[in-house]
Amino acid sequence: MKPKVIVMTGYGINSEMETEFVFNEAGAEAESVHINDLIDGHKKLSDYQIMVFPGGFSYGDDTGSGNAYANKIKGNLWEDILKFIESDKLVAGICNGCQIVANLGLVPGFDGQYGKREIALRHNASARFQCRWVNLKAESEKCVWTRGIDMLHMPVAHGEGNFYAKDDVLDKLEAGDQVAFKYVKADGSPADGEFPVNPNGAARDIAGLCDPSGKVFVMMPHPERAPNFYNLDNWALLKEKAKREGLAVPEETPNMQVFRNAVSYFSQ
Amino acid sequence: MPHRIEVGSTVPDTRAQVRKNKFGERIADVQVIDVYTVDKEFSGDDLNKIAEALSNPVLQAYAVDKAFEVADFDWAIETGFLPGVTDNIGTTSREIIQDLLGVKFEDREAVYSSQVTYVKGDISREEASDLGESMANPLIQKITVKSREEWDRDGGMDVQIPIVNLKHEPSITEVDLNISDEELTKLGKEGIANEDGSRRGPLALSLDYMRAIRDHFKELGRNPTDVELEALAQTWSEHCKHTIFASCMDDIKDGIYKHYIKRATNDIRAAKGDRDFCVSVFKDNSGGIVLDEDWIVTHKAETHNSPSALDPFGGAITGIVGVNRDTVGFGLGAKPIVNMYGYCFADPRDEKPLYKGDLPMLSPRRILEGVVEGVNVGGNCSGIPTPQGFMYFDDRYKGKPLVFVGTVGLIPSEVGGKPSWKKKAQVGDKVVVVGGRVGQDGIHGATFSSEVMDSGSPSAAVQIGDPITQKKFSDAIVKEARDLGLYNSITDNGAGGISCSVAEMAEECGGCYVDLDKVPLKYPGLDPWQIWISESQERMTLSVPEEKLVQFEELMRRRGVETTVIGEFTDSGKCEVKYKGEMAMELDLSFLHDGLPEKCLKTTYTKVAHDEPDNACPADLTDVMHDMISRLNTCSFDFVSHQYDHVILGGHCIGPLQGKGRVNNRTSVVMPVLGSYKGVAMSQALNPKYSDIDTYHMAACAIDTAIRNIISVGGTLDHLALLDNFCWCSSDEEERLGQLKDAARACYDYATAYGTPYISGKDSMFNDFKGRDHEGNQVRISVPPTLLISSIGVIDDVRECVTMEPKVAGDLIYILGETFDELGGSEYFDYLGFVGNKVPEVNVDKAISLYKAVERAHGLLASCESIGIGGLGVSLMRMAIASDLGMGIVLNSDVRADFLLFSESQSRFVVTVDPKKKAEFEAAMEGLPFGLIGKVREDKKFTIEKPEGEVIVDSDVSKLNDFYRKTFDKY
Repeated sequence: MKPKVIVMTGYGINSEMETEFVFNEAGAEAESVHINDLIDGHKKLSDYQIMVFPGGFSYGDDTGSGNAYANKIKGNLWEDILKFIESDKLVAGICNGCQIVANLGLVPGFDGQYGKREIALRHNASARFQCRWVNLKAESEKCVWTRGIDMLHMPVAHGEGNFYAKDDVLDKLEAGDQVAFKYVKADGSPADGEFPVNPNGAARDIAGLCDPSGKVFVMMPHPERAPNFYNLDNWALLKEKAKREGLAVPEETPNMQVFRNAVSYFSQ
Repeated sequence: MPHRIEVGSTVPDTRAQVRKNKFGERIADVQVIDVYTVDKEFSGDDLNKIAEALSNPVLQAYAVDKAFEVADFDWAIETGFLPGVTDNIGTTSREIIQDLLGVKFEDREAVYSSQVTYVKGDISREEASDLGESMANPLIQKITVKSREEWDRDGGMDVQIPIVNLKHEPSITEVDLNISDEELTKLGKEGIANEDGSRRGPLALSLDYMRAIRDHFKELGRNPTDVELEALAQTWSEHCKHTIFASCMDDIKDGIYKHYIKRATNDIRAAKGDRDFCVSVFKDNSGGIVLDEDWIVTHKAETHNSPSALDPFGGAITGIVGVNRDTVGFGLGAKPIVNMYGYCFADPRDEKPLYKGDLPMLSPRRILEGVVEGVNVGGNCSGIPTPQGFMYFDDRYKGKPLVFVGTVGLIPSEVGGKPSWKKKAQVGDKVVVVGGRVGQDGIHGATFSSEVMDSGSPSAAVQIGDPITQKKFSDAIVKEARDLGLYNSITDNGAGGISCSVAEMAEECGGCYVDLDKVPLKYPGLDPWQIWISESQERMTLSVPEEKLVQFEELMRRRGVETTVIGEFTDSGKCEVKYKGEMAMELDLSFLHDGLPEKCLKTTYTKVAHDEPDNACPADLTDVMHDMISRLNTCSFDFVSHQYDHVILGGHCIGPLQGKGRVNNRTSVVMPVLGSYKGVAMSQALNPKYSDIDTYHMAACAIDTAIRNIISVGGTLDHLALLDNFCWCSSDEEERLGQLKDAARACYDYATAYGTPYISGKDSMFNDFKGRDHEGNQVRISVPPTLLISSIGVIDDVRECVTMEPKVAGDLIYILGETFDELGGSEYFDYLGFVGNKVPEVNVDKAISLYKAVERAHGLLASCESIGIGGLGVSLMRMAIASDLGMGIVLNSDVRADFLLFSESQSRFVVTVDPKKKAEFEAAMEGLPFGLIGKVREDKKFTIEKPEGEVIVDSDVSKLNDFYRKTFDKY
């Protein structure tokens, strides 16, 4: 059975189409749904297995990125979301979606306390929107979404991606194996906060997190914007080198593994 | 009583830190507080809930109806919007509150956003005000300064409600045209007189136009209403009717637009026959060409120069979201998929002020930063990638910057089984406007940009954009309503507002009727003429058949889009407008659209001889090369590329920065249809400095460059289209018109020779500034005649594309094409302080042979760079920096080395080739001008030698990289 994916849209979410595309490529059946269609009952959250908050600029980042959209959900869909999480389903937030999920308090979700805000995405340390290519290292054993992944190369594109939490929260996240991705150098060594390897100043180079179950997952970078080899910033170099060695180049990038992991969770 | 909620940081605040750095060493500390002024009654409990919803407990705390507790400071500076200015944060906050508490804000209730910046430092009140002005624009924002003492005395800042209060009874007035020619002239120039004798602002109607209007109304036996006169001024404006391009010019009776631009496209399409790829050209909001069987791509480039001079942020953001609407307004609605920009500024290091009347103009740096930020917010918030763009500098852009913005769109070839690019409002369809509300903002925008900027320019011509409001209706239309077939026609509300959009659509069916009192307003008190011509942003007009209206309104409601029926399309032959039952306008469409008198323009063109440089070629050119790669027109502007999202929508293929060295690319490629390798390549070119010598060749070079750039990545002459954007100056002078005519002639000659049709174009004819310089002297600054050519090419398979950075050490470096002594107007001569006379000329036949050979040999190329501004020398450095590899170059020529390196001869490339492919490549180039000039070096050294072995450039990649980046490294 193909898992059904609900890709949330509306009020300035922008990345629903490429998000829908990568899930379909990975073998799911994805559908973009306007938040108002969930609120007024045109669509039912319980019909889906995977819920994704994609990238974008919901409400133009006014009053803090993701805040207004999260308020709309809290005010209208909160019970449905809690039920969704309890029923062994998957949730992801990418970029603006990550900011929304953080504001909803679905991550970190320590001790099942969904709804409590403990992490935040601050303005980038450069105080400017950054669209750059980064390297990520998967760090979590328990995160369903990053299974089998070592390193990935993909873009970031955000103004507020600077992960912040108090030290004890950060310690707890690391101790609980909830850090899904960290920014690293091309050779896999730690970024140690160095710009632009860590593009936003995120605490402990954190690029992605999950809840204690490993099923609710957030990340600031965009795997859905570089699923194809020819999306990469350095494809021309890789291709020329492969050509000289008589090798073929792949069509798909390892970034697709994130979505394939989610899909295969339901086919196990 | 209004309530004031203050939100402050409890953790170190990046925004405050950035401000502190900007303010300089005398400021020891900066704190930033966000303020929400809620002008509606709430209980204390509710206010706390609201404050919680507006803040983030991980980072922030709040205070309600009292000052947020801050650390020690000396000055408090509050910046908020002036009445009537779009306040996006305020609007979002209101929505949050409505959602949170299930309340409704009534008409005069609102939330207003502002910010308090607390500074610690020993500065005067005036200096504190200056800090305020460095953060805010007094044209749209109010700055309030309080000393620590005053703040303590008052218990904080004051509650301010920037509500619009127009104490005015709106009415229609009759304008008497039975007046002398002198008075008619004044009426046309300064506008309709108010009761107090002041004038409303320019109609920009010349005497012959005013006479034509007077005569028409004489025939009707009445005077016009103010609504009619204002509407005519909009519709007949240079901005809307392009009267200079349309008018007879010397012996060109049909005008240069029809004669040169449109005829070029017609001739090319006829010659192409079955291979014609144009779908919809010139008529619609954008031009459209075939992508493949199933899809059409559209393109449109616009300028927003005058607004950007006054409010760079607002001008640029409304520019970019405005041109997005030209995409949504193509056919039945295309989806914007790529944004692009082009900025022409004065040197941002020039701090000498200019004055308009007594008002200082913004500095070039302020304009640059504001414009860059405006497109950042507009493009990023709208979710449209911006991979393509450029910055170009010349001191003559100091009075008026040029801000080009463009958007490429995507639409299925068919919608509901019918061609998607055709649309027609039907008689009986409702006139429906969607999106934002109408205020006084942007009134006289169209007529304003048709005038020279002087002290009479209204500041109401600028406004803040609201990309989210637009995003909501844009998605609802392009992703839903279009495919449900809920409307018959759609167009953008741009210049002239609904007066232009409704009247344009009325032409499709033969008439329209509008009730102005139905148009939703931001605030009461607007006069009917203001409602009719206001350019308030983020609105589109649709014709919706009555039987689809309920479904359309219901869909828009569910998407959070305001929809209003304001009238009906008719076949009366008239544009009829009423206000509260009273006739406001009743004009024949034929007079409205075609009643303007024909003009015949005269031109002259005198070529001027310029001095040639008299220096000898330096023996060592290392320093010259370093200077040449750090010039404003050749250096890195990656600080812009990085702040514009260029990966969204998943179609990224060749982006704005290439190679490990992230060199600014001149051509970008996207894959518009997910899952398909079909590509769209885009580039832009302009050479305004060549206009000082010859505008014909200036235009030819821009065309050749825009085409060549597409060829360089793997495009083909067979599927390549162009857009023209003329930004001229003093277009009431015969000499300027002579320059224009010659440039337009080149547009015909070269486009037809290459077989590359124009699909859309725009002009902005009065980019002049009149005012005073810093010493009080009267100055007039005119931009150099500027023609931007944008190119768009379809690429069959992006997997065959080639990028500009060399990839493997040991690869051979070739130059393709011929280099001549053509340094007139070049970047190098400008560096030497000269203009020269030998401007590059394009030999089309030779160029086509070369381009076709490059197309065929593309698979043999490891990299390909189109040689542009700065010539071969700059291209070699760009390639080395991008590759992070060295180069060893030998110049096999006895021509002086600096001329060889910096000549801007057209139709040339630098390519690198695998040594194993040498014979194959050279065979492919047989009979064409090409030369092997060196090798890619592993050791990162960058050297240029003369044939006898004399080293004339000795550098390395790391040095080149430093020089390439140093100019904007603080930006």
